[in-house]
Amino acid sequence: MYVLKLITKNAFRHRLRTILTVVGLAIAVLAYGLLQTVVDAWYAGAAAASNARLVTRNAISLVFPLPLSYEGRIRGIDGVTVVARSNWFGGIYQEPKNFFAQFAVSDNYLDLYPEFVLPEDQHVAYLRDRKGCVVGRQLADQFGFKLGDVLPIKGTIFPGTWEFVVRGIFEGVDETKVTRQMMFHWEYLNETVRKTARRRADQVGLYVVGIDNPDNAASISRSIDAVFKNSLAETLTETEQAFQLGFVAMSNEIIAAIRIVSYVVILIIMAVMANTMAMSARERTSEYATLKALGFGPAFLTVLIFGESMVICTIGGAFGLLLTPLAASAFKKAAGGVFPVFEVSRQTILLQIGCALVIGAAAAIVPALRAARVRIVDGLRAIG
Amino acid sequence: MAIPLTYIARNLWARRLTTALTASGLALVVFVFATVLMLDAGLKRTLVTTGEYDNAIAIRKGSETEIQSGIYRDQANIIEMHPAVAMASDGQQLVSKETVVLISLIKSGSDKASNVVIRGISALALQLRPQVKLVAGRLFKPGSSEIMVGSSIAKGFSGTRIGEHLRFAQRDWTVVGLFDAGGSGFDSEIWGDVDQLMQAFRRTAYSAMVVRLGDSDSFERFKSDIDADPRLAQEVKREQIFYSDQSKALSTFINVLGFTLSGIFSIGAMIGAMITMYASVANRTGEIGTLRALGFKRRNVLSAFLLEALLLGLTGGIAGLAFASLMQFASFSTINFQTFSDLSFRFILTPGIVLKTLLFALLMGFLGGFLPALRASRMKIVDSLRAA
Repeated sequence: MYVLKLITKNAFRHRLRTILTVVGLAIAVLAYGLLQTVVDAWYAGAAAASNARLVTRNAISLVFPLPLSYEGRIRGIDGVTVVARSNWFGGIYQEPKNFFAQFAVSDNYLDLYPEFVLPEDQHVAYLRDRKGCVVGRQLADQFGFKLGDVLPIKGTIFPGTWEFVVRGIFEGVDETKVTRQMMFHWEYLNETVRKTARRRADQVGLYVVGIDNPDNAASISRSIDAVFKNSLAETLTETEQAFQLGFVAMSNEIIAAIRIVSYVVILIIMAVMANTMAMSARERTSEYATLKALGFGPAFLTVLIFGESMVICTIGGAFGLLLTPLAASAFKKAAGGVFPVFEVSRQTILLQIGCALVIGAAAAIVPALRAARVRIVDGLRAIG
Repeated sequence: MAIPLTYIARNLWARRLTTALTASGLALVVFVFATVLMLDAGLKRTLVTTGEYDNAIAIRKGSETEIQSGIYRDQANIIEMHPAVAMASDGQQLVSKETVVLISLIKSGSDKASNVVIRGISALALQLRPQVKLVAGRLFKPGSSEIMVGSSIAKGFSGTRIGEHLRFAQRDWTVVGLFDAGGSGFDSEIWGDVDQLMQAFRRTAYSAMVVRLGDSDSFERFKSDIDADPRLAQEVKREQIFYSDQSKALSTFINVLGFTLSGIFSIGAMIGAMITMYASVANRTGEIGTLRALGFKRRNVLSAFLLEALLLGLTGGIAGLAFASLMQFASFSTINFQTFSDLSFRFILTPGIVLKTLLFALLMGFLGGFLPALRASRMKIVDSLRAA
């Protein structure tokens, strides 16, 4: 008990220094947590994607469409339950920075996504309106879209300004679902394109394929691709999750950089913390010698120094941890919808705690070794 | 009289461990700060050198990139015949009608795919892009399934060495040449014959066309003529501006992320500097008293401690910059959100970045050292002498 008291007293002997160190630690732990969450957010789309859905696209790349005629042939394959069409629209709402995804989808598309909940009356209203569209809750909140609003969207792939009427707003079943997109009728797109650019009509960006048993995903994917082997448009089929991870992998080096940098902040604060401990220990060299002269062993001094370091790190880390959720929600707001899912995960919290403890331990090593090794005579002679 | 600089420097040397720890904290922040600036400079340089100022590019109105754009053959012919277009020595119009599509290739050393631009070019394209030089192999033969690859592609993607084949669009394409585009965006592209590629991809329209302007000043007229022509749905931009516009989103992203990070990190490092300087002041109370008793003024003490902090910041700054300059040997490749294709660029250190970085390091030193220095200068002679 006395040891604990001594350690705490020691930790606050230089109040200003300790407070500064604690602030630094809190900031570092906070920054680390936010960066980890940014990386998680990057993977949010893939994490929410399902293994029970397959995505069939043109093998050359996503830029190339598939013929509409493939739909029936995919549906004929064993194990396939639903085949839905989806085209990337790539339009601009007001200005380019208001980016969000727009898909032209077939009417059975929403059946494949039980995680998107659309009230029945809105669903009916959407199906009845050829120019109707449905938007996700996160998107609707960001731009203030309401039912009945007309959204003018300038096409970049399909020329002209298109108008869509918001007929439904769907919710995600839980917080982890990204609902920052808009869907509208594939038929509307196709009919319009048929009038303006015939050759581009009856083309499907990709097929989303529902299957009866997720365990057969690999074999079903292979049989789909086998059907179209050596055709004009060969296909590449993979699970939706693999498809999404493919997107993430394209910005791999940015994620790697963020990961590295999140450890740099830990190194920075480790240097600061080590400095604090080294200074405190050096100032107290004669004190440690006195304790040794009184008969306390090196082990006791080590406990004293490690304890002090840990006390400071625990306080700093705790502040950092407490501030993380607040900062995360502020960050989410400031990022303006770039990260629709921005939740601090349990793993991040554990990592933050781990980092604080590692900093505390690492900072105490050198001072503890010095104190344990110092000879009593030298120590008593030392001046801070 | 000012306190000599050697005295200040020796103070830092006397507390080597502390100085080293604090300076390394500062150095890490400076490193992050400098690499962000270098990355942004690299990205900008890559995309600015991609375009020639005297070239104009025509794309369909409203399409932001070549991938989304389309030009029918008859439209291309109309644009080609505009009097502003320069002539080659043999009387041909200096234009390249191109098809630009993405194919997904596997990055070497992994099984991850990324999108790569494949550009079908006309015969005169190389004259329009003098920065592109063949470094190995030969040019593709027009009318054949041959392609040549940019230097970043050859480094970053598997199956792209000379003599190897890439299979897409029902054909095997032989890699016959390797070109270097002087660090421009073309280094991240694959080039082939436009007619062959259009046939293979079953396309009837070009994606974009590039023309050399006979006279740089004729651009405005060219632009307004194309805009006004009812047969055309295209718009023209200067090639240089077109490509540098494509760096905007990625550049903003890198800057926002980078500066937020260095901002937060610098707080940590400044706290480190502050702790060190406060300790330095506290340990030297007696010394400060002696200096004052010797006749040094308060402001001399203040500036001595500030200089010490600045020196600390400078040490960290130089160390961080030294590490950052090593990053020039590395290159960075990522997806460009605007074009949806892989773009590789280098970290570039410019004199402007060196200056900015050192100023940033000095600023951190100053902010960290100001309060401690103020405390030192405010000490009363008698008290401080007694404290020692």
